[in-house]
Amino acid sequence: MTTSTMARSKRLPKCAELLLPPAFWLGVWQLFAFLVDRHVQGRGNELLLPYPITVARALVRLAGSGTFWVTAAASLGRILLGLAAGTGLGVLLAWAVYRSPWADRLLSPALRVIRATPVASFILLVLLWTGKNAVPAIISGLMVLPVVWANLVRGLGETDPKLLELARAYRFSRWKTARLIYLPSLRPYFLSAVTTALGLAWKSGVAAEVLCIPRAAIGTRIYESKLYLEIPDLFAWTAVVVALSLLLEGVLRRVLARWKGGRVE
Amino acid sequence: MIRLEHISFSYGDRPVLRDLNLDLPDQGIVGLAGPSGCGKTTLLRLLAGLERPQAGSILGLAPEETAILFQENRLLPWRRAEQQITDVLPPSRRGEAARWLRLVELEGEEHTLPAALSGGMGRRLALARCLALDARYLLLDEPFAGVDPARAVRILDRLRALGRPILMAGHEEGLLAKTDRVLRLSPEGPVWTG
Repeated sequence: MTTSTMARSKRLPKCAELLLPPAFWLGVWQLFAFLVDRHVQGRGNELLLPYPITVARALVRLAGSGTFWVTAAASLGRILLGLAAGTGLGVLLAWAVYRSPWADRLLSPALRVIRATPVASFILLVLLWTGKNAVPAIISGLMVLPVVWANLVRGLGETDPKLLELARAYRFSRWKTARLIYLPSLRPYFLSAVTTALGLAWKSGVAAEVLCIPRAAIGTRIYESKLYLEIPDLFAWTAVVVALSLLLEGVLRRVLARWKGGRVE
Repeated sequence: MIRLEHISFSYGDRPVLRDLNLDLPDQGIVGLAGPSGCGKTTLLRLLAGLERPQAGSILGLAPEETAILFQENRLLPWRRAEQQITDVLPPSRRGEAARWLRLVELEGEEHTLPAALSGGMGRRLALARCLALDARYLLLDEPFAGVDPARAVRILDRLRALGRPILMAGHEEGLLAKTDRVLRLSPEGPVWTG
């Protein structure tokens, strides 16, 4: 038997490969919830660590109401808006920094400051400057911007200079150079930036919602769950955020995977 | 006739060409020979306008009239063979890709990505792309590196049939013998043979 066939024979079926890791972590969760149940008298499970099934029931109960979907859609909209604005601005600034040493000197320190500033400071400042409804999208955008900027600046710097010289020698137009050389070269950097930024957008956006309490928002529901000690609801809303984030990441990966060779094939 | 007058060029403090005076014919195939580092590639890059001479001037040839085949293939890793050609063609001439692939004996490889081509095949594809540019004067830097000699001779005959003037750098004496004239660069200066 060759090494490759041995490796193949040891491999699990695809569905088992997909289901085993979440089943393992659900088991760990169940075990810890059980231990909490044993050691804390009274409402230990409800207040500290609910069982997975309790959270699932809370999720089903919440999903049965119309406001659940409105709330989820509103938060999704804000995060998408922040992600799109932060990505767009990040692309523009990365290009400016790549093309002009002066733009680099001016913008790079500012973007480093944004990256190092605590998100809570930004949330409170933006809350003072704008209405509470605008804060989550602005904060998401601010967190996305330096990630996209830094990745793209690195990608632009590592674009093969020999291919760029070829484009010049073969008199490619600017658009053709962008489409055939820059965009395919930047694809892995963009993919990495957007997937990292997506997680940040959700984390910072929901944190902003928790602090600013807009009317329809997952963060507001999380805040209320904490206020009324509805811990299973807190877990359920958190699960919604995780699910939406993973869903969006999957969609983005799919779209970017089709973007090959400078054009969608 | 293309005239190079008092051309000097150095990379940093390493001089490559020193007060070079030269007349290049405006027709036929000229071989460009000489040991490594003698300035063959630099001369081609100067003629293509990719480098500026630190002294002297080039008369009778504008960089826009040239097409250079670089020493490396510089194929776009994400474009298939046919696309590499159509990428340099204006929309009205896209149909010509098959003709250039046939000229370098790459028919059947239209949909192959560069990573799947052998060294010689990649070289021929880069040559086809350079030819497709339809420039008046071709500057070819070792166009047949890695190409088997019999095939190289066949392709060289087809290049001659195109009727465009070619300056072709190379080390293969067998191929240089097939050119109309050979210009040998050396520290003592250029020497014409053939």
